[in-house]
Amino acid sequence: MDLQPNQVLRLIQINEPNTVLKCSTMWLCASCQTCSVRCPEEIDIAKIMDSLRKLALEAKVPVGDEKVVKFDEIFLDSIRKRGRVHELELVMKYNLALLQPFKDAHLGPVMLARRKLGILGHKIKEVGKVKEIFQNSKRLFKP
Amino acid sequence: MQIGYYPGCSLESSAKEFDLSIRAILHEMEISLKDIPDWNCCGASPAHYLNEELAKALPYRNLVKAEEAGLDRVVSPCPACYSHLKHVHEEVLKDSHLADRLGAIVGKKYGGDIASKHLLDFLKEDIGFDRLKSTVKTPLRQLKVVSYYGCLTRLPGVHIDDMENPNLVDEVVTSIGGEALEWSHKTECCGASLSVSRTEIALRLVNSILEAAKERSADCIAVVCPLCQSNLDTRQGDIHKKYGRNYGIPILYLSQLIGLAQKLDYSQLGLDRLVITPKNLLIEKGIVEK
Repeated sequence: MDLQPNQVLRLIQINEPNTVLKCSTMWLCASCQTCSVRCPEEIDIAKIMDSLRKLALEAKVPVGDEKVVKFDEIFLDSIRKRGRVHELELVMKYNLALLQPFKDAHLGPVMLARRKLGILGHKIKEVGKVKEIFQNSKRLFKP
Repeated sequence: MQIGYYPGCSLESSAKEFDLSIRAILHEMEISLKDIPDWNCCGASPAHYLNEELAKALPYRNLVKAEEAGLDRVVSPCPACYSHLKHVHEEVLKDSHLADRLGAIVGKKYGGDIASKHLLDFLKEDIGFDRLKSTVKTPLRQLKVVSYYGCLTRLPGVHIDDMENPNLVDEVVTSIGGEALEWSHKTECCGASLSVSRTEIALRLVNSILEAAKERSADCIAVVCPLCQSNLDTRQGDIHKKYGRNYGIPILYLSQLIGLAQKLDYSQLGLDRLVITPKNLLIEKGIVEK
């Protein structure tokens, strides 16, 4: 993380969106929510990180961690095309997109031997409905 | 008793053994599951990272499909799937603008009548530990288990256990005869999906969890989340290479431990699908035969 979460919150308070939206912090946050549970001021830090991700994308600034964003985009694309995630295809597409086709390849044989990888994946019947949901959904909900 | 079931994407592939073992143990307790017809992915983390409306609309469609199928309760084994269903349900009951908006996106209206359950609160509230105990044929005596909850109890909309010191998995382990050990890393994060995109971060986190389990001389770790299981189980080889620690600790789904106590078949519970095999441990403890 190039900024600590407390630095992110301070920069928001003093209204420095340009610095905050470009940082890697929210992309490296794993959303475990521990900070939100423990904050003595009851600030929902994880929720703020979640908002910052979408605000950064809306602002079209260079994203703070391209790998994480790429993974998320490929993940959503899998849902859009199938209605469900195809794990094997997701990992392969991600590693190809990052030009690291052999990353984690050593896990392949053992995962296959343990029948942990579906080769074909599933596609739901109403995949057209899911595509409509993707088309209709906006990045930010405005009441 | 017929109960709605939302397996989620992982349970169709990398976590197939979670699905197999849940179906087997619930069948043993005379509960039949009905899948939400034509269910879709809940959106997991990537949807709420990138698109707020999508993150709510995807679970919303599942709630609509569950209601159309005449279900009133849905059990989701995956904490992410579970929390997304429950969170969206609670949000649309509170916020009529959001309910209208999601109804427009999905093209159908959710009536608000689906009670979402995780496997853990379903076991406690709907089945009851007494009934669970009555199905035990081989108590897991001498099996020392540390319960790993990950971020389950911190996810939005989840109120099934204590946030800092959860106890439900330990209670189940005890009620099937195992020894639930106190330990330090019940709720430490495993790195979640960073395991794929930023593997080095996840390896550091997983290493500290496995180290803490080893310090307590645990025989195995009990988990209730497909992503936790995958990170803790499949990454032990990478951790050996990077940190020189060869833990070899089996990571079992809680449902597999229950199934063992019910004396169900080893492969029916998908135990042969785990990367770190628990076979020798279970033979040594007299839980399964050679």
